[in-house]
This record gives sequence, structure tokens and C-alpha cells, in this order.
Amino acid sequence: MLPFRPVVLGTDLLVFAMMACVLAFAIYTMRREHLRAPWRKVAGSATGMVAATVLAVFVTVGILDSLHFQRALPPGSAAEGSHYAPDVLSVLDVATGSLRTRSEKTFSAPFAAYGHAKETLNEVDGTQSRAQPRLRHGGAHLRDPAREHHADIRSRVAWGVALAGMLWVLVASLIIGIAAARRGRRFAQVSGAVWQGRHETPLRAVLLTLAVLLIVFVPLATLSHVYHVLGTDKVGQDVFYLALKSIRTALVIGTATTLVMLPFALTLGIAAGYFRGWVDDVVQYLYTTLSSIPGVLLIAAAVLMMQVYMDTRPDRFQSVVHRADFRLICLCVILGVTSWTGLCRLLRGETMKLRELEYVQAAQAFGIGPWRIMLRHVLPNVLHIVIITTVLNFSGLVLAEAVLSYVGVGVDPAMNSFGTMINAARLEMAREPVVWWSLAAAFAFQLLLVLSANLFADAVRDALDPRVQATLMRNAGWGRFVARIARGQAPR
Amino acid sequence: MLRYLVRRVLYAFPILIGVNIITFALFFVVNTPDDMARMQLGVKRVTPEAIENWKRDREYDRPLLWNADAEGIGRIRDTIFWNHSIRLFSFDFGRAESDGREIGHEILARMGPSFAIALPVFLVGLATYVSFALVMALFRATTLDLFGVVLCVVAMAISSMFYIIGGQFLVSKLWNLVPISGYASGLGAWRFMILPVLVGLVSNFGEAGRWYRTIFLEEIQKEYVRTARAKGLSEWRILVHHVLRNALIPILTGVVAVIPLLFLGSLVMESFFGIPGLGSYTIDAIGAQDFTVVRSMVFLGSLLYIVGLILTDLSYTLVDPRIRLQ
Repeated sequence: MLPFRPVVLGTDLLVFAMMACVLAFAIYTMRREHLRAPWRKVAGSATGMVAATVLAVFVTVGILDSLHFQRALPPGSAAEGSHYAPDVLSVLDVATGSLRTRSEKTFSAPFAAYGHAKETLNEVDGTQSRAQPRLRHGGAHLRDPAREHHADIRSRVAWGVALAGMLWVLVASLIIGIAAARRGRRFAQVSGAVWQGRHETPLRAVLLTLAVLLIVFVPLATLSHVYHVLGTDKVGQDVFYLALKSIRTALVIGTATTLVMLPFALTLGIAAGYFRGWVDDVVQYLYTTLSSIPGVLLIAAAVLMMQVYMDTRPDRFQSVVHRADFRLICLCVILGVTSWTGLCRLLRGETMKLRELEYVQAAQAFGIGPWRIMLRHVLPNVLHIVIITTVLNFSGLVLAEAVLSYVGVGVDPAMNSFGTMINAARLEMAREPVVWWSLAAAFAFQLLLVLSANLFADAVRDALDPRVQATLMRNAGWGRFVARIARGQAPR
Repeated sequence: MLRYLVRRVLYAFPILIGVNIITFALFFVVNTPDDMARMQLGVKRVTPEAIENWKRDREYDRPLLWNADAEGIGRIRDTIFWNHSIRLFSFDFGRAESDGREIGHEILARMGPSFAIALPVFLVGLATYVSFALVMALFRATTLDLFGVVLCVVAMAISSMFYIIGGQFLVSKLWNLVPISGYASGLGAWRFMILPVLVGLVSNFGEAGRWYRTIFLEEIQKEYVRTARAKGLSEWRILVHHVLRNALIPILTGVVAVIPLLFLGSLVMESFFGIPGLGSYTIDAIGAQDFTVVRSMVFLGSLLYIVGLILTDLSYTLVDPRIRLQ
């Protein structure tokens, strides 16, 4: 019997499918010089690469959090034929150690050794006093927090920074080594070029970004074993852990929605542009109708109906995790089905232009069937539009998730996400003294993710097709649709 | 012109019917009215009689599309589709499921507060963003321009909820300038309106500022600007007299589509600030799972959207004489 049993949730499948798509596309691109050229331009832009580095860290966390399993129960304790513990864990849960289970009673500030609010404590001599209680886990290793607290944090931060420095040297020499080996040059030569900013890819910016990320997160990670580095929330959960878990939800919403949306937009858009006639009329009617319903309302209506479906069939779901996961898939499907119209419109217009070109007419003259022409000659030539919309919309979807969760039509309340974090934290600002750390954590993590996604999207757009920029923005396309939802307004 | 308008209005009907079919399918085909009743009455321990009563009170106890038991026109009219979807066309929204109030009255009463917040945000915002973009265009490719773009990019990456929470915390809690939330009828409302309007302005700043800047920069590259420069006009004069006027065409036609939707208000803003508008009405309906209200709001929203599209087409002819509608 294995010590664990892998569990594949629905959204995990979507994540793996998305990874397979990206991989397949990367291989397809690598083999064709004319497709590789624009990506080389992306690799040459400093902001693009810095953003990609940050995104890569987020994606790594998200993938680690998508590998789920169940632990085996110790032999002898297996109850009712099941040999595995009921709770589904992810690799991230294991990697963060005891962060998941070390919860306090209620709020506590970052790095605190005492609780946030005063409580009535029973002293040893039988009297009672009002004071902040010691935390169960945060700073529990300190004998006298008043004296040792600051020195302890200082020395641990110093250790963390030293560790980060060593890690950075390791990673940096690995990257430079690979760069040197690929060009067949000496290590010292390449590192000199990188340091002076003369290397063709802006490796210096990437390495500096890595340095900043490591210096911030390695000490945080090492300290998180003895303190709650970002405090705890109302029910005493570690906020740092919650923020890490929220990353996967944001990534799933941002990517899986695109995965759902693409088949609709691609087939309908290209078919409408290629066939014209009644096909075009039907598709145009479809997307005009769908896009005339304000996005939030359509999503709200669909999610309400999904809720009715789920609530009247509670026995369909094995556990809370499965239930939350099903709801996340449904949300992605709903977002995807309601938002393919903008991309479809763009693809239809582009296909209409392409079908008049010589190579398509040559293919027609050779008697090649329409579906084959669309697949072989039209699709590859509209792919850049697809990629640009995909990356442009990612950040909008991440922002939209928070708003939808607030409205009550977002992810399951049991699922960690930036939306649920903000939603739970918004009343905490009214407390006395103010509880700011949950909100600050959600703010920082979401800002970092969305900002780097935006900057990366800009770099990709500039490289792939600078002309598309104007069209995309003019057409009130999908990006604006999602962006409007993200601001909580009816889309234009 | 008139013929075009009539045709556009007629063209709106198939779209609205499509919207109704979509919502109808969403609300009645995915789940049966029995499911909804069970949901509203509590899933466990609900008697069949209670479900029947619930359905009868809300006219859900009929066939979906075709009533074979009825006579003549009643075969179509005594159905859920007629009563809950087609009737919307006469603005007969029926009563809310949760509290039994007339939805039409509620909508009329709540349009005002929504509009009172959304209109200042829209007008002041337009003026602010356009002047900001104009200044950026004047100082294009300088440090100031770069600073402005960075500001926009960062502002775009922040969720609107943080602007609201931050605004409430700073202005209302720390500085005690205006009430944190609430609303008053009549002129007394201004104290409650300042903060939402301010937050609305700031939260749209990044996206709008950057978009208008792009429009201006595109306009600046055109031939007539070069001619104006060759004539020796000052850069500021070129921007205000030539570029601004021409850039206003895409800007104005772009924003006209939004004007009808201003009545719908903003879901998040209204619920955070406790404004009794249509946005908070929708949020309350979603919270109470009031399907009739959500359905009515979907219909109203798409109607206003289509009105916005027609207005856009009209505005093209007004600001750009080269375009003729036929």
C-alpha cells in the first residue's frame, strides 16, 4: 500500500490541460522560426522578463498546490474499509510544513507572541486579570517575549537573508551557466556581460528580481515556522498560508476560463468569417444577444442556478473540497461561456480579411475542404490574436474573481481566494484597534500577481502585434468586458 | 434617418427575445420550479404541499411552454414562459419572490440614487481623465509621461474593492470628514455622495487615463498635426484646438453607450456605501436568491445596453458629418 493516494480534482485536470496546451504550443513555436522571432522580442524586453519571473514564481506555487493526495492512515486505525485519511492535501500543504494546522484562537498581529485582543486570564494564584494571552504557536519558543522577541526576529531575519543570498548565488550561477553553455562561451565572459547589461536577454533584471523575491520570501518562509508572519485571521488561521493558497484559485480562474472560452470563440468566429451567409448571421445574432446582457447579471443568474442545482443535490459531493472544486469549475465554465463574444468578434473580422488572400484562394482552387483550410491556413494566422487576448484578460479575470466573490456569486466560501480574503477582511478595518494585516496581505499578493500579469501582457502584445492594440481596445472586446466587471460595473 | 431609427428599434426585438430565451433556459430548464421551491423553503423536511403552495403563489405551477389543458390563446398564455418572460416586454415585472413588493415600483424608486452617484462619476471622470491624458500627451516621452503611465498601470492592478475600503478608512474613519455609508433623499444626499463619487473617480483612473492617452497619441501622429506644426502653431494650441477636437469623436461615441447603463448603478459601490440604488437591489436579490428580481434586472440591463448602442450610432452622425445612416 502506498503511503499516499493521489487525488485528481476537476480543476487539477483543467490546470494540467492548460499546461499541456502551453507545452504543445511552445513546442509548435520552437520549431518555426517566424513564430519564434516575436517571442525572442518578448525575451528581450526587461519589464516583460521581470514580470515573467514573478509570474513563474506564482505559477510554481499554483502547480504545487494542484498536486493533491490523501495520506494513508496508520495501520490498524483504518475505519470502515478506507485506508486513507479523508482530508485532501496538496504538495504545497506539505511544503509549508505545519502552517496549515497551526491556528490560533482568533486575531493576532504579524510576528506577535501575544493575541490581538485582551482576554480574562486565570492567573496561577487564582486571581483574574485582563491581558493579551500568549499565542499557542506564534513565538511559542520564546521564554520571555518581552526581552527576547526583537532579538529573536532580528537574528532569524539575518539567517533568512543569508540563506536567500546563498540560494541566489546558486540560482544565478545556474542561469548564467546555462546561458554560457548554449552560446559556447566562458562563464566569466557571460557573467561579465550580464552584469554590465550587455547580454541579449535582460538577465541582469531577471537576476535582480530574483534577488528581491528571495530576500523577501525566504526570511518570511523561515520565520513562518515559529511566527505568524502575516498574522492570523478571525478564526485564527495563518494569513500567509491563506494568501499562498489563494494564488491557485486566482490562476485557475484566469487560465481555465480561457480554456473554456477558446473552443467557442475559435470555431464560431472563424466559421462565421469564413462561410459568411447564414452561418455569419446566426453567429452574429448569438454574440450580439449574449453581449447585450450585462456581464455581472448574466454570471449572477447562472451562478444562482448552479447553486440551486448543488444545494438540492448535497449527496453528490464527497467532501467540502470536492464541493468547492465543483463550484470553481462551474464558475470557470460560466465565465467562459458568457465571455467568448469579444474574441469571437475579433476572429470573425480577421478571418474575413484572410479568406480573400491568395494562399487561401489557392487552397480552395486545389479543392481542399473548408474545415481543412480553416485549420491549416486560417487558424495559425489568427493565433496571435488569441494569445494576446488570453494574456490581456488573465489579470481582468483575477480582479473579477474578487468582485464576484463579494457579490456572492464567486467561489465557494470554503475555498481560499483573494475574494474571500477581502470579503472577510473588509469589516475588520472598522475594528478598534484596526486589524489591517489580512487586507494588506490580500492587497500585496493580488497587486503583485495582477501587475506582473499586466506588464507581461503588454510585452507580449507589443512583440506579437503592435497594431492589434488599437483594435482590441476599440472593439470594446473581451478585455474591457472583464475589466468592467472587475470594477463592479455593467460592461460596455 | 427616421427610417434607420425605426429599423434599429425593430432589430432590437429579436435580440431581446433572445435574451429572454437565454434567461428562461437558465432559470427553468437547468432546474425545475420544484428545485427552486425546495431551495427557498429549506432543502430538508419540506412537504410536497408547501412546494405546491410556493409554486401557486408565484405562478410557477404551470407548464413551461405549452398548456395543453387550456383553451385557445390560453394554451400559450397560461404558461411560465408567457407569465415570466414575455410579460417583461410590457415592463410588467411582477412581484418580488422574497418580500412580495412590486418590482416595477422598486426599480423606478431606486433609479434615482443610482443615477445620482453614477452621473457625477461619469461627467467629472470624463473631464478629469481627458485633461490628464491631454497633459500626458503634451509631455509625451518625458519622465512625467513615464511617471503617469506607471501610475496608471499600477492603478489598474488594484481591485476596486481596495479603493472603496481604503477610501472609507481614510476619509471617514481617520479624518472623519463624511459619513462612512448611508443615503438621504433630496439635497441632504450630498454628504453621502462625496465619498462614493471620489472613490469611483479614483478607481477608474488607471484604465481610463491610459486609454485616452492612447487615443491622443494616435491622433497626434496624423498628417494634419504635422501641417499645423509646419504652420508654426504652438504645441499647446495644436493639442487643444486640433487634436482634442478630433480625439473627442472616438471618446464621445465610446462613452455614449454607457449613459443608459448609468441607471443600473454599480453593484459593489452601492452595497459598500449603502446606497439604495439598483445595484444594491440586485445584490440583495442575489443574496436572497430572488429569481424574479434577477430576471427583471437582466432584461432591464440588456434593454439599456441596446438603447446605448442605438445612441452610439446616432452620436456618430452628430459629431462626424462624414457618416450618414441609411
